[in-house]
Amino acid sequence: MDDQTTLLKTPLHGLHVSLGAKMVPFAGYDMPVQYPMGVLKEHLHTRQAAGLFDVSHMGQVTIHPRSGNVRDAALALEALVPVDVAGLGTGRQRYALFTNQAGGIDDDLMITNRGDHLFLVVNAACKEADFAHLEKHLGETCIVTPIRDRALLALQGPLSEKALSTLSPDVAGMRFMDVISTTLVGAECIVSRSGYSGEDGYEISVPEDRAEALAKALLAVEGVEPIGLGARDSLRLESGLCLYGNDLDPTTTPVEGALEWAIQKVRRKGGEREGGFPGAARILAELEQGATRRRVGLKPEGKAPVRSHAKLFADAEGATELGEVTSGTFGPTVEGPVAMGYLPKSHAAPGTTVYAEVRGKYLPVTVSTLPFITQTYKR
Amino acid sequence: MLKFTSEHEWLKIENGIATVGITNHAAEQLGDLVFVELPAAGKSFAKGADAATVESVKAASEVYCPLDGEIVEANEAIVADPSLVNSDPQGAGWFFKLKLANPADADSLLDEAAYKELIA
Repeated sequence: MDDQTTLLKTPLHGLHVSLGAKMVPFAGYDMPVQYPMGVLKEHLHTRQAAGLFDVSHMGQVTIHPRSGNVRDAALALEALVPVDVAGLGTGRQRYALFTNQAGGIDDDLMITNRGDHLFLVVNAACKEADFAHLEKHLGETCIVTPIRDRALLALQGPLSEKALSTLSPDVAGMRFMDVISTTLVGAECIVSRSGYSGEDGYEISVPEDRAEALAKALLAVEGVEPIGLGARDSLRLESGLCLYGNDLDPTTTPVEGALEWAIQKVRRKGGEREGGFPGAARILAELEQGATRRRVGLKPEGKAPVRSHAKLFADAEGATELGEVTSGTFGPTVEGPVAMGYLPKSHAAPGTTVYAEVRGKYLPVTVSTLPFITQTYKR
Repeated sequence: MLKFTSEHEWLKIENGIATVGITNHAAEQLGDLVFVELPAAGKSFAKGADAATVESVKAASEVYCPLDGEIVEANEAIVADPSLVNSDPQGAGWFFKLKLANPADADSLLDEAAYKELIA
């Protein structure tokens, strides 16, 4: 298998193998899908204690303004995202989307204002395209630098603050979406109070040569266990968070994706910096009028998980097709199946019953508000 | 008579009726099960047909009918509590009882030694 020989490894690969992880190919990397604890218990452990995730496959990139003024980098980046970047305070992070000319989403990402530059985290599968996109559009006014020598770890769950504070007291006072520089295990790290599980927690950018030492130091703390991509997926889905490539793609717009909250007033119609991003005409119009379809939460009424690509119908006979499930699993915390998918406006109101085709049967599914769990971010 | 398939099922055959389940190895590979769907009694399946479905958090997998036959009983206990399949796959976690169409077909299945070699 060529796949095996060409798979990339993160700086924690050896640690994963030594911990008994089951490794699978993901976005070109050989990644741990689960450890001996298993997906179900890893999921529950994260919500009850703390889980350590290797997300080093994700892309990290800095954008330095050639002018020296970070506002110039922010304004340049605003040409690619429908988000208020210039209004992002120093040491603050924000969710964003790269849109395309059709108004679709080419990737979702996190943007941090680091004072004199911007720091971005993008999806693994999109990162080379994102780096090229940034270089092409920002290269003249900014220095775009993909960071290839740092790992990225996520520590998620209610014990995260206690666990990470054992390595640096600086992290305890952080609020959700704060970002600081701090020294952990002797390495200069970038720590954000964020993540993708719905729990309080942190993401830590660490020099690759210190990544294993940091991971081991965190795993040595009582209550911290290594968690694989399997539980990462069920955790984010229970929390109503999108997986790019499943729930969002180049054909879904931010409004269809129910991501209006990510587009601040200043970029909307009548705002100070209205539009000026790819696909603005369509996206601004949809913000006013709504889109014809919408991403919704779906709660199957029975016990059977309804998984991605299951077709959704208006009727129990499968006559009128409405849309498709884009993510679906069994939610260990919810103790039942949970899913997300796209439905036409006519069927997108919470409480509406639609039918999902699973192995030739049409299972009733209720449109539900997201998230399925209560998020515990430290606001 | 205890037999196995290369699809990681076990069959305990008594008087032409096979009690069928998945092996310890299969249960370990699948991980914690969260959903089991079993065939109704009275339904007939050909060897290799999808007879049951098991799901972990991660994925759904089919359980194949190991030989031609008719379902005479399904183990509702594992529908109510799928974790039984993980805790006792070759005992309380059995799936269904199959009345074999041709009991002699069981001779073609693996014995325990051959199955152990397969998963070694």
